[in-house]
Amino acid sequence: MKKNPAVLCAAMLLLGMAATGQQAWAADKVKVGMLSTLSGPGAGLGVDIRDGFALGVKHLGGKFGGLPVEVVTADDQQNPDVAKQSADRLLKRDKVDFMTGIVFSNIMLAVGPSVFDAKVPYISANAGPSQYAGEQCNPYFFNIAWQNDTLHEVVGKTVMDKGFKKVVVLAPNYPAGKDAITGFKRFYKGANATIADEIYTKLGQLDYSAELAQARAAKPDAMYIFLPGGMGINFIKQFVGAGLSKDITLFGPGFSADEDVIKAVGEPMLGMFNSSQWAHDMDNAVNKKFVADFQKDYGRLPSLYASQGYDAALSMAAAVRDVKGKIEDRPALLKALKAAKFDSVRGAFKYNNNQYPVQDYYLRVITKDSQGRVTNKTLSKVFSNHADAYAASCKMKAS
Amino acid sequence: MDWILVAEQALNGLQFGLMLFLLAAGLTLVFGIMDMINLAHGSLYMVGAYLAAAVMAATGSFLLAIGAALVGTAAFGMLLETTLLRRLYQRDHLSQVLATFALILIINEGVRMIWGAQPVMLNTPAALSGPVELLPGLMYPAYRLLIIGVGLAVAVLLYLLVTRTRWGMWVRAGASNRAMATAMGVNIRWLFTAVFGFGAALCALAGSLLGPLLAVQVGMGESILILAFVVIVIGGIGSIRGALVGALLVGLVDTCSRTLLPALLRQLASPEVASNLGPALASILIYVLMAAVLFWKPQGLFPARG
Repeated sequence: MKKNPAVLCAAMLLLGMAATGQQAWAADKVKVGMLSTLSGPGAGLGVDIRDGFALGVKHLGGKFGGLPVEVVTADDQQNPDVAKQSADRLLKRDKVDFMTGIVFSNIMLAVGPSVFDAKVPYISANAGPSQYAGEQCNPYFFNIAWQNDTLHEVVGKTVMDKGFKKVVVLAPNYPAGKDAITGFKRFYKGANATIADEIYTKLGQLDYSAELAQARAAKPDAMYIFLPGGMGINFIKQFVGAGLSKDITLFGPGFSADEDVIKAVGEPMLGMFNSSQWAHDMDNAVNKKFVADFQKDYGRLPSLYASQGYDAALSMAAAVRDVKGKIEDRPALLKALKAAKFDSVRGAFKYNNNQYPVQDYYLRVITKDSQGRVTNKTLSKVFSNHADAYAASCKMKAS
Repeated sequence: MDWILVAEQALNGLQFGLMLFLLAAGLTLVFGIMDMINLAHGSLYMVGAYLAAAVMAATGSFLLAIGAALVGTAAFGMLLETTLLRRLYQRDHLSQVLATFALILIINEGVRMIWGAQPVMLNTPAALSGPVELLPGLMYPAYRLLIIGVGLAVAVLLYLLVTRTRWGMWVRAGASNRAMATAMGVNIRWLFTAVFGFGAALCALAGSLLGPLLAVQVGMGESILILAFVVIVIGGIGSIRGALVGALLVGLVDTCSRTLLPALLRQLASPEVASNLGPALASILIYVLMAAVLFWKPQGLFPARG
């Protein structure tokens, strides 16, 4: 018999359909795909999300709405190709019911299409790209943290309100860096506001001596930096070493000034202002339990990444509970996720039409706490019920 | 463009160049003498920084931290050489690249298992953490001045060692003609181990000096290794003098282009275009420099062989 490719293909398709058809009965457990950056320079962030999520599962007794939870962990190595392969494996082989964990927006954008095709709800515990907040918003994408621009908007407003007249801004020369400066400038503008210099650096740059000399020459009274992870650590150390901290007030988003950076820099960070939707000293019962137990289990203070991982677990559990364990009913599950009936560590939380948060944002400052630790302290609320700038252009499709 | 900015940038370029020299010197000796491509050279730099951070945290003494990093990393380097890398000298460059790339991954994982995924703390000693007024109006971080001093001292020492001592003569002989050097009775096996340990110690010096300025984190060696390779390609493989000149060139070009280029472009184009184009051009400029050098002098500026 002559081999007919079309027949072969059809046979393969039938086999494939039979294999997926076996999954039709009701779930007896919940599988969560935790795809995060667990190696390389960005690993600190992914590890915090993973640990925060694990603590959430532990607090829920290992069960979401009565169903036992199984977390399948994979490392994206901060590499979009690796991330895409790992995501396909989680979706097709492990058949996960939820996915979460991605730290970086460029990786989120690479993995998104596979997740949406597989119709698996994605709860982003960090990455908040503007694409998925605006025109490409998707019923399967939920962001429990923030839209990328919003933490920068908070600082822009703060710097404006504090009356700084001359600011130098600095960010890496890549899309999220440009977005950060756009977000900052959205609220830092007016007759009394001058951007003295706008400096873009190479992504992953080690040494900022040239940029610091440039900033010194511009004589600003404040400086805004968006440098996540190791870049921020380098910059702040060198900023202090150059003696600039005496004349220039340093501002950054929460992710340039959270526990991961503080752990590596220590005292030189004292006095740095930063923005966040969450802080470990926030006064609510869920947060107190989270912070105390995180410290007990992992021996360090949680960062905002950890709080976002924890909230991701709580939100999944609430949704599974609300659909009474019938997670195979996707429309009902999405509706339950969007209702977000859980007590967040940050207090009030709800989703906008684009499934990004509407929430309060706070100004924090790095100080020494009563135990002598260098850490963040919440100063004041900057925005109440703040939504992102892209929600209006989102026309949410029906699932 | 005022003179203070230019002077400050020149010092910055000098400081960056001297640190690159410490890395490139070890790399160029290993590459030049043993004909061995060691991609894990940056890992030794990372190990040095971590050791310094650990000793600093335990004892609080910066000098002790640097000393421990030098000794520990040299020992680690020599251990690597005698157990593993020695077997690769006779193999082709591809095997060396594969094996040492695997070493990068293994050492990164090892460091993470010991110290964790979060960056660790290593700060400048309090006495050196502020700026110094060199000239009226010209402030410069004291710690960077220390780095410049140490870098210059090491460069001079290394120059004397290579040109004025018997050990240096063997090294030069090994670099220019290995077979002849062996025939003349140089104990190549011992020499290689010593050179490797010495290169590792230079890495550790760079790592422990730069650690307080930069983040001490897993993978910190990879990004700086590429620059070190650019330096030895520009300088000529196997030549210490080439490594010094190449490192200073790369340091100065990189530092100056980062500020001068966007400022220059701002005079020619709109600020928007300048801020987009400037950093992009600046980041490729050292590779343009490398291409230009290779075009005029394919062997590098000061080739050790031929």
